[in-house]
Amino acid sequence: MSTAILQAPLRPTGAPDPSVTAVPLTGLLRVELRKLVDTRAGFWLLAAIGIITVAVIGVFLFAADAEELTYLHFIGATSTPQSLLLPVLGILAVTTEWTQRTGLVTFTLEPSRARVALAKLVAVLGVGLLAVVVAIGVAALGNLAGIALMDGSGSWSVSGANVRDVVGLQLIGVLQGVAFGMLLMHTAPAIVSYYVLPLAWTQVVSLVGALEGPAPWLDMNTAIGPLFKGEALEAGDWAHIAVAGTIWVLVPLTIGVVRLLRREVKSG
Amino acid sequence: MCRAGACTTLVPMITVEQLSKHYGTYTAVDGVSFRAEPGLVTGFLGPNGAGKSTTMRMMTGLTPASAGHSTILGLPYQELPNPGRHVGVLLDASAQHPGRTGREVLRLGAMMMGLPRQRVEEMLEVVGLSGREGDRRVGNYSLGMRQRLGIAHALLGDPQVLILDEPANGLDPAGIHWMRGLLKGFAERGGTVLLSSHLLHEIEVIADHLVVIGRGVIVADGSKVDLLRGVGTLVRGPDAGALARSLDVAGLSYTATPDNAYVVDASSEQIAEATATYAVVVTELRAADGAGLEAMFLQLTSDDAREKVTT
Repeated sequence: MSTAILQAPLRPTGAPDPSVTAVPLTGLLRVELRKLVDTRAGFWLLAAIGIITVAVIGVFLFAADAEELTYLHFIGATSTPQSLLLPVLGILAVTTEWTQRTGLVTFTLEPSRARVALAKLVAVLGVGLLAVVVAIGVAALGNLAGIALMDGSGSWSVSGANVRDVVGLQLIGVLQGVAFGMLLMHTAPAIVSYYVLPLAWTQVVSLVGALEGPAPWLDMNTAIGPLFKGEALEAGDWAHIAVAGTIWVLVPLTIGVVRLLRREVKSG
Repeated sequence: MCRAGACTTLVPMITVEQLSKHYGTYTAVDGVSFRAEPGLVTGFLGPNGAGKSTTMRMMTGLTPASAGHSTILGLPYQELPNPGRHVGVLLDASAQHPGRTGREVLRLGAMMMGLPRQRVEEMLEVVGLSGREGDRRVGNYSLGMRQRLGIAHALLGDPQVLILDEPANGLDPAGIHWMRGLLKGFAERGGTVLLSSHLLHEIEVIADHLVVIGRGVIVADGSKVDLLRGVGTLVRGPDAGALARSLDVAGLSYTATPDNAYVVDASSEQIAEATATYAVVVTELRAADGAGLEAMFLQLTSDDAREKVTT
């Protein structure tokens, strides 16, 4: 222990050093990106997303019929595992500040919680986008392997609309994760409700006859259903997603942000 | 009051004015006002649950105040640009992700404040966590090590002001001695330190100025020398009851200390006369020497303890 470093006299004036400017948003973003990977939970979640994406391509390669081995189907195969795991990244980015109480430090270093929230949002959306891009790349390798090893169809027919759909829906999922994280502020309840609530609602919708008509408007799973059938989404589908997304993503996100801005940050 | 030319301008670096916090009908902090000046270590003393942490959270923008306001370097905390560069804050040393290493915790702080990596190594060195200690996960740290890491984090941005909540908790006597040297040195460089504690003796060795809080209200505020000198005279005798009666008859006001002595608001001569009149045996008669502060503090603590038992 040495205190030799702490020798210089400090500013004697009762005003902050004017040469110090606010924390730049890029700095906050770099910190939030780093926080996604510098814990075991964060690191292994990202690793799992990568490993499972590759594994699913491998399984699909050997399990699917030769004529189904197309680029679009390979991409589709990666969608389900990614849509299950990427939102957890969004949840953890927010809830660890409360569950691990690191918010005490984060919000004293940057008292503008809105800026912290924005940095978190951009960070997880960025990582989500990267994950989808990697998935699309691995799917291309899968399709090449299908041609070489399995005598697969090997069709490369993928439209811009297909890519837009996959990217858009994964990012909506990430946003929903952030929203649930902000709303509940605890890791376990946020993850459980993220998985269980929409499933339960889908069940209710399928059981109650009267809800069959409005189902795609109210239920995210029904709204995005066509995507998992390998179809490109049409304007009507996006309208369903917009309405269901408002209910399941925008409303929780709005309430969550308000909660985040107002909540008392305590240690105990 | 001021050390070695530290406060040529007597600008309070921390100003707290009429801060209050209500939770429903419960009042955690009730109109608290005090100041902390450069060149001094200000001790914020009070029993557990007295409102110290709540006050500090309000000062740093983590808890919205129900009423009143506070400034640091003349500005509300939220308006300080890059606050970590002006104010070093340690509110709970255990509030860190247990999976991050000590070095990683500091690196995140340095990134946020826009500081070079080298500063992290310097601060680890200052608090004795350099090398392999810094690469251990915080979850494996002792409370004392976490406090050291928290101090390093607070010093990272080379601030002018330190706000530390119970930083001596979990430190061994050598650690407390070390921290005392560190904080005194910081104050001698012209820095302002506000640190809280629930232990009178702990804060007595570190602080120059004391602000005492009990049940959300400031009950004493003054230099340590003044407060410890106290007012009055301590008197003790084998028959405490007879002693009290002789003081009553003489019309002297007094408070009882927990160890069966009395701190009397009168001179030794007055007390000697009062007790001599009734031939009450006196075994100790001297200036109160902080017994008043200690009695007040113990009173605060025991009142709160009793309240917890009955409710």
